[in-house]
Amino acid sequence: MTNSNTDLKPASEFIRENAPERFIYNMDPEKHEIALSTHDLQVFYGDNLALSEGDLQFERYKITSLVGASGSGKSTFLRSLNRMNDDVATVKGKIMYRGVDINTKKIDVYEMRRHIGMVFQRPNPFAKSIYDNITFALTSRGNYTKEQLDEVVETSLKQAALWDQVKDELDKSALALSGGQAQRLVIARALALKPDILLLDEPSSALDPISSAQVEDTLLKLKDQYTIIIVTHNMQQAARISDYTAFFHMGKIVEYDLTRKIFTRPKVALTNDYISGNFG
Amino acid sequence: MNAKTADKIATGVIYAISSIVALILFAMLGFILVRGVPHLSWHFLTSPARAFEAGGGIGIQLFNSFYLLILAMLISFPIALGAAIYLNEYAQKNRFTAIIRTAIEILSSLPSVVVGLFGFLLFVVQFKLGFSILSGAIALTLFNLPLLTRSIETSLAQIPDLQREAGAALGLSRWETVLHVILPAAVPSIVTGVVLSAGRVFGEAAALIYTAGQSAPALNFADWNPFNISSPLNPMRPAETLAVHIWKINSEGIMPDLNAVSAGASAVLIIVVLLFNFSARKLGMKLYKKLTSA
Amino acid sequence: MDNITKKLMQRSESTRKDTFGRVVSLTALILIGVVVVAIFAFVLSRGLSTFFKDGVNVKDFLFGTTWNPSVTNPATKQPYVGALPMIIGSFLVTFLAAIVATPFAIGTALFMTEIAQKRGAKIMQPIIELLVGIPSVVYGFIGLTVVVPFIRTITSGSGFGILSGTIVLFVMILPTITSMTVDTLKSVPRYYRESALAIGATRWQMIYKVILRAATPGIMTAIVFGMARAFGEALAVQMVIGNAALMPTGLTTPASTLTSVLTMGIGNTVMGSLQNDVLWTLAMILLLMSLVFNLIVRAIGRRGAMK
Repeated sequence: MTNSNTDLKPASEFIRENAPERFIYNMDPEKHEIALSTHDLQVFYGDNLALSEGDLQFERYKITSLVGASGSGKSTFLRSLNRMNDDVATVKGKIMYRGVDINTKKIDVYEMRRHIGMVFQRPNPFAKSIYDNITFALTSRGNYTKEQLDEVVETSLKQAALWDQVKDELDKSALALSGGQAQRLVIARALALKPDILLLDEPSSALDPISSAQVEDTLLKLKDQYTIIIVTHNMQQAARISDYTAFFHMGKIVEYDLTRKIFTRPKVALTNDYISGNFG
Repeated sequence: MNAKTADKIATGVIYAISSIVALILFAMLGFILVRGVPHLSWHFLTSPARAFEAGGGIGIQLFNSFYLLILAMLISFPIALGAAIYLNEYAQKNRFTAIIRTAIEILSSLPSVVVGLFGFLLFVVQFKLGFSILSGAIALTLFNLPLLTRSIETSLAQIPDLQREAGAALGLSRWETVLHVILPAAVPSIVTGVVLSAGRVFGEAAALIYTAGQSAPALNFADWNPFNISSPLNPMRPAETLAVHIWKINSEGIMPDLNAVSAGASAVLIIVVLLFNFSARKLGMKLYKKLTSA
Repeated sequence: MDNITKKLMQRSESTRKDTFGRVVSLTALILIGVVVVAIFAFVLSRGLSTFFKDGVNVKDFLFGTTWNPSVTNPATKQPYVGALPMIIGSFLVTFLAAIVATPFAIGTALFMTEIAQKRGAKIMQPIIELLVGIPSVVYGFIGLTVVVPFIRTITSGSGFGILSGTIVLFVMILPTITSMTVDTLKSVPRYYRESALAIGATRWQMIYKVILRAATPGIMTAIVFGMARAFGEALAVQMVIGNAALMPTGLTTPASTLTSVLTMGIGNTVMGSLQNDVLWTLAMILLLMSLVFNLIVRAIGRRGAMK
């Protein structure tokens, strides 16, 4: 072998060497309405740094996917956005929402979470009736007439594409629903509070393919009125439904861009490896 | 001796041991019920005890037992519930929590006679409550608190964290989630725990002999004004319970039908405790079914 | 600043409710803590006054063999307050009951978990629960009307004594030790059993060499819990032991325990007198012993965890 080898590298290797290590899409506030943004977010579990350099902007009325292998920090990042991690982790950095940093002591987390709702991987309906599941958070903080509540229940169940299946059994225990139905009930429950932003942590990974597709349809319909941020490990799902995609790796955001760019021409080699299934 | 023979012998011994244990229970239950049940009558259950002649009943003692039980549960349940909520929902893993947990553990392992003596010292003597329903109820509360707290805490811990996350994600505080989500879901198992502890409290005597006292003054069951001395509801009167009565008459009783009264009273005590144990599970299961289906 | 932003910066109703709930539940918890501290403070202060106020020698109290607090020893000008008979009585019934109960408890627990899992649990579980539920005065009554006369017929004495106390306590602590042993045996991982059986061990070899070894710390804990219950049991023992504050000379002569002397005596002495103070000292010993049992359980737990 001679040293001519170095001159005759395959093209892919060449790209790899010249590719940036990190690419974060920067939105122009003039052109995009930014609903939520994070600035140098760091999350520690004890002394363990689980996520760093979290700088992302989320555009209003768009769906943003957070993808990456398990343990990459995507769920940690998502759960920090409405401070669900407060009890278990230390979150440093800024989370800007409506012009204020919501990652400070001054912010009332309970009020904030009414505007930034969350849906989890496993459906978690309350051991109450379908109706009460939806109205419960509302009635615990204010007075509503029966008519108003009825309307909220109907609208949110319709938005979550569950109304037709349960409208005759609203008094039934929510624990009797199937997995897919329960997950859509949980989405309806979150929507009943009319949040600005909906965070979803792998909302369809515990569901069968049909229920999963129904949840996806629901999310696409909700885009008109809600800013949606979703963690998923399903690449096809991210490609199908999201406008933006952020790729997480080992506690850092490696690439953030328009979904179609990430999936067709990723700028970072690692992203290319991941979406083409070379690891993870 | 080869391994196969040893295995056979050991299995035989284990079967024998288990049979003996079962036999002991059935013999005891049989003894109490066969001796006691024939003595049970409406008269026995409702009339006052007699010290010197035969034919006395256990009416007042039975009433005292239930009255004390209800008072003790009324005092101990809210405290145990609060403590359990704090331990399971708020407490962080730190020194304070560890110390309190140890304290509860120690309280639960204290002999009930010591708890009773403490109640005697503080409430009967120091606070001048005398031998009274109130002193007894407080002593029973101290006796009941650690186990009830632990049982409620276990019930709360069984509710998956998913439910707490669900509440939090809807902007509900920990307290609201506990009150409106966790507690209702835990009700079946909490009820089971409460009724089981009621059975224990009902049969307790050592904590009561120096707090609620060992005498059962005559009561006027027509007078329900708690401020009247002969009213059954008066919390300041001494009140011998059924369990204390059994101990008392066997230690120093002189009525001729002592054994029959003891057996009858023991039978009532056991039947009530068994009913508590039985209904605790039934009630819990029923509530759970109601919660998950309807 | 718009309305929503303003609301984000205010304390919401949820926060107020949460603060309220946290304070209320913490108060309840602290109340229990205060009760424990108060029990110790009161019993210790009364119990120690025997030594500090009445000037009784600790050694005389713990090792003296004559208990008669109302009589003064002419030689020492001190009342007879030797608590050794009761201390020995308490330890004797406790250890004997534990020794008898342990094989029964382990056998029953093995029956429920290893020999006849389904049927065993179905039959024995309610039996154990019923035994736990029977009030101690009922045990005492049965002891008095069955055990004591039985002992009387087979021995020459009155039937009251350590032996009757042991038998009653044996039945009382049996369910405690059994149910805790069952929990321990259940927590032995399945693959322990499978790997033992796979190499050709008989069921008994598997139980004896694998299961019981693995479960030893848990079984020890169960026994200590049973002993703590026996040591602190008052009325059932008091009813059958004979209540003679004498050094036990045999298993069938009347004796006494710390708890039996306490239950008999507290009502018959005057608060603040020496006769009363020494009884509180007995209560103090009971209190400290339950602390000791607690420490033993913790020590076993730590050693088990280290392995």
